[in-house]
Amino acid sequence: MAVAAVSKYEFAPADTQDKFHGAQLLYIGWEDHLLFCAPFCFPFPPTMRFGDVVAGPMQAAFGYHPDFARIDWSTVEWLKSGKPVVLDFDKSLADNGLKHKDVIRFRTPGLAGIKGSCS
Amino acid sequence: MSTVFLALQTNEETRPIIEAILQDNPGAVVDEQPAMVKINAERELIVRRETIEEITGNDYDLQSLQVNMITMSGNLDQTDDEIRLFWKA
Amino acid sequence: MDMQVAKKKLGLKERYAVMTRGLDWTPSYQKMEDIYPYMQYEGIKIHDWDKWEDPFRLTMDAYWKYQAEKERKLYAIIDAFNQNNGHLNVTDARYVNTVKLFISGISPLEYVAHRGFAHAGRAFPGPGPRVACLMQSLDEIRHAQTQVHSISNYNKYYNGMHDFHHMHDRVWFLSVPKSFFDDAITAGPFEFMVSIGFSFEYVLTNLLFVPFVSGAAYNGDMGTMTFGFSAQSDEARHMTLGLEVIKFILEQDPANVPIVQRWIDKWTWRGYRVLTLVAMMMDYMLPKRTMSWKEAWEVYFEENGGALFKDLARYGITMPKCAEQIALEKDHLSHQAWSTFYNYAAAANFHTWMPDEDEMAWLSSKYPESFDKHYRPRYEFWREQAAKGNRFYNKTLPMLCQTCQIPMLFTEPGDPTKICYREVDYKGDKYHFCSDHCKEIFEHEPEKYVQSWLPVHQIYQGNCFPEGTDPTVEGFDPLAAVLKYYNLEFGRDNLDFDISEDKKNFAEWRGQATKNA
Repeated sequence: MAVAAVSKYEFAPADTQDKFHGAQLLYIGWEDHLLFCAPFCFPFPPTMRFGDVVAGPMQAAFGYHPDFARIDWSTVEWLKSGKPVVLDFDKSLADNGLKHKDVIRFRTPGLAGIKGSCS
Repeated sequence: MSTVFLALQTNEETRPIIEAILQDNPGAVVDEQPAMVKINAERELIVRRETIEEITGNDYDLQSLQVNMITMSGNLDQTDDEIRLFWKA
Repeated sequence: MDMQVAKKKLGLKERYAVMTRGLDWTPSYQKMEDIYPYMQYEGIKIHDWDKWEDPFRLTMDAYWKYQAEKERKLYAIIDAFNQNNGHLNVTDARYVNTVKLFISGISPLEYVAHRGFAHAGRAFPGPGPRVACLMQSLDEIRHAQTQVHSISNYNKYYNGMHDFHHMHDRVWFLSVPKSFFDDAITAGPFEFMVSIGFSFEYVLTNLLFVPFVSGAAYNGDMGTMTFGFSAQSDEARHMTLGLEVIKFILEQDPANVPIVQRWIDKWTWRGYRVLTLVAMMMDYMLPKRTMSWKEAWEVYFEENGGALFKDLARYGITMPKCAEQIALEKDHLSHQAWSTFYNYAAAANFHTWMPDEDEMAWLSSKYPESFDKHYRPRYEFWREQAAKGNRFYNKTLPMLCQTCQIPMLFTEPGDPTKICYREVDYKGDKYHFCSDHCKEIFEHEPEKYVQSWLPVHQIYQGNCFPEGTDPTVEGFDPLAAVLKYYNLEFGRDNLDFDISEDKKNFAEWRGQATKNA
């Protein structure tokens, strides 16, 4: 459908990749850990190594949760747009096929939040 | 079951109005909340000028209810003599 | 035979007819569509504007008379409130945070509503609706002004309100109410009337004002209670007009029905999402609670809205389909919202805190299905951590919904343990949504919502720092720069209530009010 308008209605989208000074947006959510009220939004260069994302910004963002230190990264299940995906820690975001405004989630088997409440 | 309601501020001006409404609408139920009186009724609620005037002994203009109304529910019809709130279905 | 008969005073119906009919004229040298250029493009067909009737039959002369009376009452009370240090009579200083939320989130919308109704009034060719829009436009600017006047007294003593309008245009969560109203006023005049006049005023406004105002009364805030009631006396009229608008449009042409239904679906959902703020206000921010969000929803939407949509069924209008999802969310909404503001307490213009034991017990009793299972463990953890000096301040920016602009905090309908993710690919870019309803709204008008000014993305684009900021210098602190841009002072306007200046000052002032120094 299109907007009903009195004249031509065409405006540039506000969040295209060119506006982020070389970065692309990546959204990351941790399943069953709603202590963090919503998934996070990060700006990363597409060349950034995925393992560095996990060790740096993700550690900083999720590290408050006592479960974070207990994660066995070899068992973590990743989802991209809700579908299972394999992400290589040694490859860059771009080489892992992650594009601007992609959303990934991770499930950490055995860890279900504060007292198992998914918090 | 379709309820109509009228909510008025709790004050000296609305006291006789609420009394009149309860007199004219035998099925109406009063729900008193902080600083507010909500009057609920099934399908229809009527506010009659004459009843208010009988209670207070003064002339009353129904439009001055504007000052003390808080909220309402239902279709409305207002004349010089009455305000009617109602659901058709 | 000429007899001098005293002229009988006109009845209400005649007075209304005289004051709202035959005031216009048929143009002779301009085309109607040039004078009223916004009447066709939304697809609404109107055949007879005179069928519009205000059921209150309020005319301009009576309007001024009663509005003046309302103002006199209001200002007498505001004066008394101020002269008696009324602010010290509120239950406790946490309460003032509801006032902060109101002045920065709601009052600016009153002003935009004023503009919106002025615009709609200009756009309609019928004098009946023009008069109605004129009155409502005046009401709305009165609300904005009286709210600013009343709340200015709190601003003398408490933090976070000093630049509410500036904040309204910038602060991340305030983009939620702001974009809601911007969405409405940038629609056509008919959609505006359905969105604000009907869906917001009629279907949802009770949930905003009634709990807020009786909450104020219950918490000893006479100033807010009074402006609230004064505004609400106008709302009762707005609601009636909102219902009249719908009936008028639906009766004019059967082709209008599906268009109006889509607007009702959209705007009920949009409005409900904005009320997320009210839900948490009711369940968490009022030290003395009046009713829970869930109870208010049941009375004012389920019961009352149920009766309304049953009544509108004769036009072929049905209950908005989002009502099903809302029913599933009512056990969770306020808790998820409060958790969010607890997370982001460093970036807001009001304080948050963890409920105490009594308050947790109240929440358990009001939400037996959800509170103890899903939210209490989280809160107890946060409370323990805060006691250890490790209060949680989330400093990573959240993912937002493209339509409602709220962080993606809502869970899957029916599963409160999973965040609800929805997405759409449009012209080579991805867009994300909190719900099926926000996604559908986008899909219907993607050209509109690709322009959303999402605060998180704007921060990352570098648009939310004071002019001249260089984010590339070493040690750059983005939160500090963003707070400067918001005109918020770190450590004063934000963070936990427990360590706030508000809490400290209130205790001291209340002590002075009851003791000789």
